[in-house]
Amino acid sequence: MRRLRALLLKEFIQMKRDRLTFAMMVGLPIIQLLVFGFAINTDVKHLSTVVFDQSLQQESRDLLGAFTASEYFDIKYTARSYQEVADIIEQGKAKVGIIIPPDFSDSIKHSRSAAVQVIVDASDSMAASSAISTAQLIGQLKSEEILVKKLQAAGAQKPARPYDIRIRPWYNPDLVSAFYMVPGILGIILTMTMVMITSMAIVRERERGTLEQLIVTPLKSYELMLGKIIPYIFVGYIQATLALAVGIVVFDLPMQGSLALLYGLTTLFIVASLALGILISTVTRTQMQAMQLSFFIFLPSILLSGFMFPREAMPDFFRMIGYLLPLTYYLEIMRGIVLKGVGVSFLWTQILALCVFITVMLTVSILKFQKRLV
Amino acid sequence: MIRLEHVTKSFHGRRAVDAVSLTMHPGEIFGIVGPDGAGKTTVMRLIAGLLRADKGNITVLGSQNIENVKDSLGYVPQKFSLYGDLTVLENIRVVGALYGRSDADLMHKATEVLAFTKLLPFAHRLADHLSGGMKQKLALAAGLMHQPKLFLLDEPTTGVDPVSRREFWQMLYQLNHTGTTIVVSTPYMDEAELCSRIAFMHSGRVVACASPRELTASYPYKLVEVQTTDRRVKSCLTGLVRDVNVFGDKLHLSLEDAASVLPAIRERLMAAGFGNIPLREVPPTLEDIFVAMAGEVG
Ligand SMILES: Nc1ncnc2c1ncn2[C@@H]1O[C@H](COP(=O)(O)OP(=O)(O)OP(=O)(O)O)[C@@H](O)[C@H]1O
Ligand SMILES: [Mg+2]
Repeated sequence: MRRLRALLLKEFIQMKRDRLTFAMMVGLPIIQLLVFGFAINTDVKHLSTVVFDQSLQQESRDLLGAFTASEYFDIKYTARSYQEVADIIEQGKAKVGIIIPPDFSDSIKHSRSAAVQVIVDASDSMAASSAISTAQLIGQLKSEEILVKKLQAAGAQKPARPYDIRIRPWYNPDLVSAFYMVPGILGIILTMTMVMITSMAIVRERERGTLEQLIVTPLKSYELMLGKIIPYIFVGYIQATLALAVGIVVFDLPMQGSLALLYGLTTLFIVASLALGILISTVTRTQMQAMQLSFFIFLPSILLSGFMFPREAMPDFFRMIGYLLPLTYYLEIMRGIVLKGVGVSFLWTQILALCVFITVMLTVSILKFQKRLV
Repeated sequence: MIRLEHVTKSFHGRRAVDAVSLTMHPGEIFGIVGPDGAGKTTVMRLIAGLLRADKGNITVLGSQNIENVKDSLGYVPQKFSLYGDLTVLENIRVVGALYGRSDADLMHKATEVLAFTKLLPFAHRLADHLSGGMKQKLALAAGLMHQPKLFLLDEPTTGVDPVSRREFWQMLYQLNHTGTTIVVSTPYMDEAELCSRIAFMHSGRVVACASPRELTASYPYKLVEVQTTDRRVKSCLTGLVRDVNVFGDKLHLSLEDAASVLPAIRERLMAAGFGNIPLREVPPTLEDIFVAMAGEVG
């Protein structure tokens, strides 16, 4: 116990003296959250749009008005030829082109189908798919509106819709991607800093030669590991708190579930990440190797945990790899608590998985670490 | 106290320590002496349990398992291994606590140890800001926090100025007087003279192990000192002397028998125009002996 306390004291003094690293550990979550939160905005609205209106009648203005009102399309350019539309899209000034034929009003008045062409730059698939579905929806609604007007003019009653499918997105009703992203980014930030810091912890002592003095003392391997883990749990707490605060203040993140549960399970995840870092630190011999191995962990964490892509859509093999990453479970926990407000009874599998992960990582590290040089 | 039996340790197929057998007794100041790369550090690390021997047995304080005796063992590595971003006091307190000292005890012992090593005025200075000699004293101080029965110091004075070296050795003597057994490695012959027994190492092997007096007494040749550094002296004496070595601004001639060869040497020197150079027979120093031994083992 005295030995562990001595080690903790040493780690805290060193942390305090190393202002730059500490500032980075604190500043990083805020900056990353702001950058990611604003940049990775998956709701694509306000697409720059070019219009070539050859009809210039009440009807065409009406249709364009519907496009603008949807907020998905910002009409920024008016073209005077088909070629001009193509050029503007080609130059990337606009993502969407709307072309209204000269006989547009006539067609509507004479009950012929009026063909409106919508060109979408599909190189950005996310923007393209939301533009396409919105344009289709606007087309349908507008057609329906005109049909109803005509039927009414012909003396019919306003007909009831044969189908009425209403989609209600639960948990994140406005489909705000920041809500989905913030818990994920918090997980990514914690993974990166926690794994990185502890992966350096033991190799750094090895490289500087201070391990030589440490291992001639009666210090036990597990005490060394604990001494390297415990101080960074606090750093993890600070990061998590800052990230959540930014999420709530800047992105209006709703906090549905219990904050206590959130912190409790965040501790579990922090310890899991630290344990992974410790393992890296015991199997590597230089800080460079440790850094490379940490990066080797980050990539699957970002790609396979469900942070970027839905895990349901992954091939089995990659989904299985995802099960080996603590972040996978933490994302489920976070989204569950923050967005759905679920309680601990829904999260047992994830909690168990993290506990198993921690036990395995620490046991392997302690067995693997020899109180020897070379 | 320490017993090494046929201990061998290789790095990448090269033997750094080759079948070394040594016994160190309680109360000794035992010196491991040898040039750079002789294997001194490797022997020290093997004793301290930082390396595992490929072959052979090591018994320290009656135990083959070093973990059992770490409380009684102090070790100062060759390279400074304390924390540069901690102060002098913080460093030795951490080390003391790692040996299980209680808080109350720590402060008392730390003051005592700092006073002993004359580091008290620098207690709150960061270790990184200490001079080389003071760093070594700090390492010594840290090693003393748990009052070890056996104290291993690996080249504690390499790169330290002569005054600090003398001070350092005075401390080692004081510790030895209070009952601490000391094992110290050094590349310096003048320090070897200060040990009660020495093992001379050369390319991984122990080529001699005895007290300095025994070693000098065992020197089978006569030595003549020539007050010159002129290299031509060496060539004009070929055939008459077994070996010539440079010692600072002098040459040491090693002779089978001084009485019979000395007149012939004077003659040759006279003939070569070195007639006025003083010659005198001197007793061998440890350095003469080690040079001779190193020459014999190649
Ligand atoms: N960790 C290691 N890995 C590889 N080779 C090593 C290692 N430690 C020592 N050696 C080699 O073993 C030999 C003996 O080294 P050692 O450090 O024991 O010598 P030394 O007598 O302490 O020398 P010095 O005065 O330079 O400290 C050297 O050739 C050295 O290169
Ligand atoms: Mg050495």
